[in-house]
Amino acid sequence: MSPDLAFLIEVVVGGLLSGVMYALVAIGFVLIYKTSGVLNFAQGAMVLFAALTFVSLTERGLPFPAALAATLAAMGVVGLAVERTVLRPLVNQPPITLFMATLGVAYVIEGAAQLAWGTQVHGLDLGIDDTPIDLGGVLVSRFDLFAAATAGLMVALLSAFFRYTRTGLAFRAVADDPLAALNTGLRLPRIWSAVWIAAGIVALVAGLLWGARLGVQFSLSLVVLKALPVLVLGGFDSIAGAIVAGLIVGAVEKVSEVYLGPVIGGGIEGWIAYVAALGFLLVRPSGLFGLRAVERV
Amino acid sequence: MDALPRAAPRPHLPAGALGLGALLVLAYGIVPLTGTSYLFEALLTPFLALALAGLGLNLLTGYAGLLSLGSAAFMAVGAYAAFNLSLRLPGLPLPASLLLAGFVAALAGLAAGLPALRLRGFYLAVSTLAVQFFVAWALNRIGWISDDSPSGVITAPRLVVAGLSFDDPRGRYLVSLTVVTLLTLVAWRLVSSPTGRNLVAIRDNETAARLVGVKVARTKLLAFAVSSFVIGIAGALWAFAYLRTVEPAGFNLDRSFQILFIVIIGGLGTLRGAFLGAGFIVVLPLLLARLGAALLGDGFDSGTLEMVQRIVLGALIVAVLIREPAGLAALLDRAGRRLGRRAA
Repeated sequence: MSPDLAFLIEVVVGGLLSGVMYALVAIGFVLIYKTSGVLNFAQGAMVLFAALTFVSLTERGLPFPAALAATLAAMGVVGLAVERTVLRPLVNQPPITLFMATLGVAYVIEGAAQLAWGTQVHGLDLGIDDTPIDLGGVLVSRFDLFAAATAGLMVALLSAFFRYTRTGLAFRAVADDPLAALNTGLRLPRIWSAVWIAAGIVALVAGLLWGARLGVQFSLSLVVLKALPVLVLGGFDSIAGAIVAGLIVGAVEKVSEVYLGPVIGGGIEGWIAYVAALGFLLVRPSGLFGLRAVERV
Repeated sequence: MDALPRAAPRPHLPAGALGLGALLVLAYGIVPLTGTSYLFEALLTPFLALALAGLGLNLLTGYAGLLSLGSAAFMAVGAYAAFNLSLRLPGLPLPASLLLAGFVAALAGLAAGLPALRLRGFYLAVSTLAVQFFVAWALNRIGWISDDSPSGVITAPRLVVAGLSFDDPRGRYLVSLTVVTLLTLVAWRLVSSPTGRNLVAIRDNETAARLVGVKVARTKLLAFAVSSFVIGIAGALWAFAYLRTVEPAGFNLDRSFQILFIVIIGGLGTLRGAFLGAGFIVVLPLLLARLGAALLGDGFDSGTLEMVQRIVLGALIVAVLIREPAGLAALLDRAGRRLGRRAA
């Protein structure tokens, strides 16, 4: 294999693996969007809140499992509180209003997390070393592989949950047709609470992995901005779409940074994913896997 | 898109022309004579610039129902365009350079509005984020825009109109006030014209608007252009009249959210809303600082203040959307009507 090709493969693989991390955040969005039609901008704030709570608890001497359990409980409380105080009063409001409300929620969660735990940067060590391993001439980060495996496991668990449990079936029913679901006696508020808690758990997983990578600090809540192009590309309502789009966005970002960056100046990863996703949208307005909405007067 | 609270398509001016006249006499006659530098620099000038930005965004989001998260980018385009115009064309009078900067921002808005022809709702909001990040990147990377100053910092030129210097706090206030008054008038003419009603029609039901003959594509692009024009001039005021020295980071995503919050709190789809919201946003941190210092004493440092401010602002957004989706403007309207009934 020529060194140029090996380098290209290395860049693509690196991009795909960081794309997994984007997909991880995007899945949290999809869960909520699918069941309640809310684009939850606060997902990034929830990632920050989860990571910050976990790190602060371990720093105060709690063992790993206890801190994890406590953080899970905290995420549950946050999910319930958001559902009760924000979503329920705004039922039947237009999607844009709900989106703006989640902007407010994001501000509240970010402020509260940092008020409670401080604004300094925390290191987070999950005990996985980040030395690259050599796979047939291509160097791959061990941590990225671990992250990819975690994401894969989480998606498998979520799919199994949706497929084989009663609650999962209820989720799918609500996603399919909220009114019909309501008619068969499903309790929508309870399902919404459950799905917000599930999104909180996804946020915790994403928060731990992203926190180990970047350090736990305010900028963690900005991963939401990395997830948005993924959602646009994959469709807001498809978990498979989120994963595939995450991989594409990760690869596009890395490849363009390496090959296009020197031509037009570095630092383009801030917007190249958006431009790529939007370019794709102009061709296919509902994303890769999104449902085509039928519009009536 | 039936997305935003309905409002009367023709906004009436606050308590009629009489009240407006009184407001202008106060703003032009009494305030400049009695105000202190602090009042001009810390309160009134930023208030005017933010209100103007809110006004511009309200045309797009409140009237036409197109959500934008890229307001700060258009402010930046306006500010850096005005900077370059006055730098590279030294003879250009200030009003002309502000006006041209507005047109540059309008062009940027037109480009940003192109996706709106195919995208709606969230997708459109995300596409305005692309504009936000692209502009931030361009300001940092392309040295020419900031005359090759390190990290893109620009300093405002002297504010001179017709040989008179407006460089002191009062002068900068008067410049801002004049620009804001003129543009508010233009915006009021626009929203009470047939074009303004077309904007509302698109917001309330795009398909129906198309059916009754509204040229949807053209009207949407117009909304983007006019809104960006106003926001761009607001950015130039923010840079020239208020801060005097700005860096690209001053026009980040948080600023875009701030402008959006001004519009939500003040009232979507009303002209007064932008002013009420901007006033609120400017006064809120001062109020919270006073309140925090009074309650907690020395324990209330600037870091805590920032977090508390974030929480209060976020909670307010949620509360306004739930309790009073038409914002402070509607609240004021109701209070006014109640007073009127009591008087009668």
